[in-house]
Amino acid sequence: MEIDDVDPTSPEVMLTFYRRLYPFKSIFHWLNQDANPTRRFTQREFAFTLPGDIYLRYQSFNSAEDLKKQVCQLNPSRFEIGPVYSARPRDKKTLRPGVLVPIQRELVFDIDMTDYDPVRTCCSGAGICKRCWGFIAAAVHVLDGAIRDNFGYQNLLWVYSGRRGIHLWISDSEALSLTDDHRKALVEFVSMNLGGETGNKRLNIRSKNVPPSIRHAADMLNQKFPDLVLADQECFDGENGSETLLSMLPPDIVSSLRKDWTANPYKSSEDKWEDLKLKAKADKSSVLLRALQDIVLLYTYPRIDAEVSKHRNHLLKAPFCVHPKTGRVCVPVNPDQVEEFDPDTVPTVGQLLKELDAIPKDENSPYEHHADWEKTSLKPYVDLLNQHALRLMEQTKGAKREDDLSW
Amino acid sequence: MHRARERRNVSKGDYNVSKDNDGASTYPHRLNFYDRPPMSDVTVEEFETSALDRLRVLTEIESSAARNRTWDETKRVIDSLCKKHLPLGPNPPNLKDEQWIRDTERRKDHLSHFVLRLAFCRSEDLRRRFVKAETTLFRIRYETDLVDDRYQFLDSRQLDRTVASEEEKKEYKEDLISLHFSGPEDNTTKELWFKAARFYKVRWTRVPDLVERRSILLKGGWAYVPENAQASIIYDEFETRLVKALEVTNRALPRLDEDTRLLPILENLSKGFVAGVSSEVYDPSNQSNGDIKAEMVDELARQHFPLCMRTLHENLRRDSHLKHFGRLNYGLFLKVLGLSIEEAVVFWRKAFNKMTDDKFNKEHKYNIRHSYGLEGKRANYPAKSCVQLLTCAPSEPGCPYRQYSPENLSSALLQYYSGQGLTSADLPEILGTVKGGHCHVACTRVFEITHGKRVKRGEGMGEGESVTHPNQYAAKSIEMS
Repeated sequence: MEIDDVDPTSPEVMLTFYRRLYPFKSIFHWLNQDANPTRRFTQREFAFTLPGDIYLRYQSFNSAEDLKKQVCQLNPSRFEIGPVYSARPRDKKTLRPGVLVPIQRELVFDIDMTDYDPVRTCCSGAGICKRCWGFIAAAVHVLDGAIRDNFGYQNLLWVYSGRRGIHLWISDSEALSLTDDHRKALVEFVSMNLGGETGNKRLNIRSKNVPPSIRHAADMLNQKFPDLVLADQECFDGENGSETLLSMLPPDIVSSLRKDWTANPYKSSEDKWEDLKLKAKADKSSVLLRALQDIVLLYTYPRIDAEVSKHRNHLLKAPFCVHPKTGRVCVPVNPDQVEEFDPDTVPTVGQLLKELDAIPKDENSPYEHHADWEKTSLKPYVDLLNQHALRLMEQTKGAKREDDLSW
Repeated sequence: MHRARERRNVSKGDYNVSKDNDGASTYPHRLNFYDRPPMSDVTVEEFETSALDRLRVLTEIESSAARNRTWDETKRVIDSLCKKHLPLGPNPPNLKDEQWIRDTERRKDHLSHFVLRLAFCRSEDLRRRFVKAETTLFRIRYETDLVDDRYQFLDSRQLDRTVASEEEKKEYKEDLISLHFSGPEDNTTKELWFKAARFYKVRWTRVPDLVERRSILLKGGWAYVPENAQASIIYDEFETRLVKALEVTNRALPRLDEDTRLLPILENLSKGFVAGVSSEVYDPSNQSNGDIKAEMVDELARQHFPLCMRTLHENLRRDSHLKHFGRLNYGLFLKVLGLSIEEAVVFWRKAFNKMTDDKFNKEHKYNIRHSYGLEGKRANYPAKSCVQLLTCAPSEPGCPYRQYSPENLSSALLQYYSGQGLTSADLPEILGTVKGGHCHVACTRVFEITHGKRVKRGEGMGEGESVTHPNQYAAKSIEMS
């Protein structure tokens, strides 16, 4: 794809995007979980980022049209979604202090590639490529599985964050109502302290009793590890790689391995790992085996930004916003196909506007701005959100019916 | 609410032991979930004293958290404090006499809990703190309960929990064993243990502490809690019920407004909790050598602080916060006054009561330790003198005599010192001195007036000296008391 000649930050581009492409209706259905506006939408906080570093909080709207009107008027570079409050957030100034408190909020997770800088070799900082996306894919598999299996939540929406990360929104009714304490407990359950860049890389799970949830994750990651870390990222190639690997091993076997690997400087990561596996088989105490398991987890276990998930009032960028640096749209991702997902093929706002220009104008239709996304490459992604929202709305209907019966 | 119920139930003359018709005790268990309010008549005095006794215990629980006491320490301290103020014994084996004592104790426990509910249901902040302290108290009692009593209590509760079926047990056998079995690696022992083991199945949200530690099995949102960990379910149940009950009480409270006997008491109680009713009696003879306790600062501020520090103290109490220079000036003042670093951390932790532990430890603990010379360049910073306070920027909290407008100064002086003998007749003289630019003279005059019994006019800090340092003012005042 050629370089975009459209500046994604220009107000005209964003305005056209909001007016003709942004799927407000789908977002409404997804948040509201019902066809008619409920407090899940009307008492929901939206926050706008306007040009010049202006941040507008406590906005709320009666309907999808209302939201669209305001977005087109203010033309924010992006907007974020917050919790459902006990009253309308926009009435904040007129309410008694303490009355406006968050009561519901999707359980959200944020995984960002920057947290993987200590272990990835292909890019660093803001960069991302198809290769390091493998880490995200592994994280999505583990987290998606862990949430469904351990916590039983079904309504998970994964959204590409526009540059180098991925967000997860969980909309099950129990998840919506979790308190901050619950959220903290859940995050502690699914996350592991993997240390920072310079931090101590030794994991502390070498005890015999690994909790079942971690063990299931480890089983899954053991299969991904060779391809991702050894063959693709080549984390342990060369002298530096050798030293990194040796520093994580039990001290008694380090010196013999170092001699061997220094003698063969071109030994690949895979071969080194094979050496270790052989040694582990011979070792009866299984200390080495557990050390290897730690290394697998250290490199591939999801690195979650825990603070985002712990508080109900944390704001998170809305799906389908445009990332101001890359111009890419934050599109939903199907977790079953996350491996095939390529951040470089996600439509950019410039590309979408070109597609719009290419549509032959229908002179007879006065409503040119309705659901134009259907005619662009945004369609499959909006469809994904619509299906998700439809499922939620049906569940709401089912729940209502049950309530009726109970009378 | 309370009053209405009290009236409905007329059982005069027998309010030490309340019994049901069949003669059985109303309080068969030591532990109480406080589902029902007390139904007997209560004197206003009993209403207040029982609540104050319980408040002492709850305040000490809060202090324990602020002092970073370990769980065992907390348990020991609270247990001994309970024995003194709020005794609660186990079920007596058979003796009818002792049953009478137990019932009295339990009745007091019951009553005091409900009085404090009324006092603490009014604001979100008070509710949260009350729930935390009460849940901790319940935990301590549960852990110190006799095993038999505990089981009897558990059986009496209709806890919403189901026992995991044999099929489920079988399905998750491996995981359950690896999580909870801690015996020899021997298959027969394992099998025997597993066969006897019972697991309760509850929604995971009811046992968040176990989830957080990854110490239980979770499947589809259901937690499989082994029998020995079921205390978590009880604590959560206690907490959830109390949270709900407090909200209900809060909504019902306006109906109580007409009762002029109870409202002042309740008002006083909740104030006591905010300031931290000192469980230790303040004894002026044993301070100034580093023996000042965090709980004593309120009392000291009221009697001995100069206007600048008094203002900072009152602002801190009003907002539960102070800005940077306020913290700095007041913190150093307290340090020189004799507040040790441990007590300073406790004092500020409790003062910033709207802040999470996390935020406090991250953003404030370091600064407090820094001002005590324990971090950074490890300098022993002196407290600000009057000269420094007089010359600081107007945005910083300095000398109020200089910074306040005459109107504000008058009302501040009257508000803080009228209890110590300052009257509006003294104001013109003070304001006149301030107008002439002699703030320290005005401050000295206030000292003379408020210590009128011992200090003659013109004597000042001794031999006619003026105030030059807030700590000088406070130390002199304490010395004279």
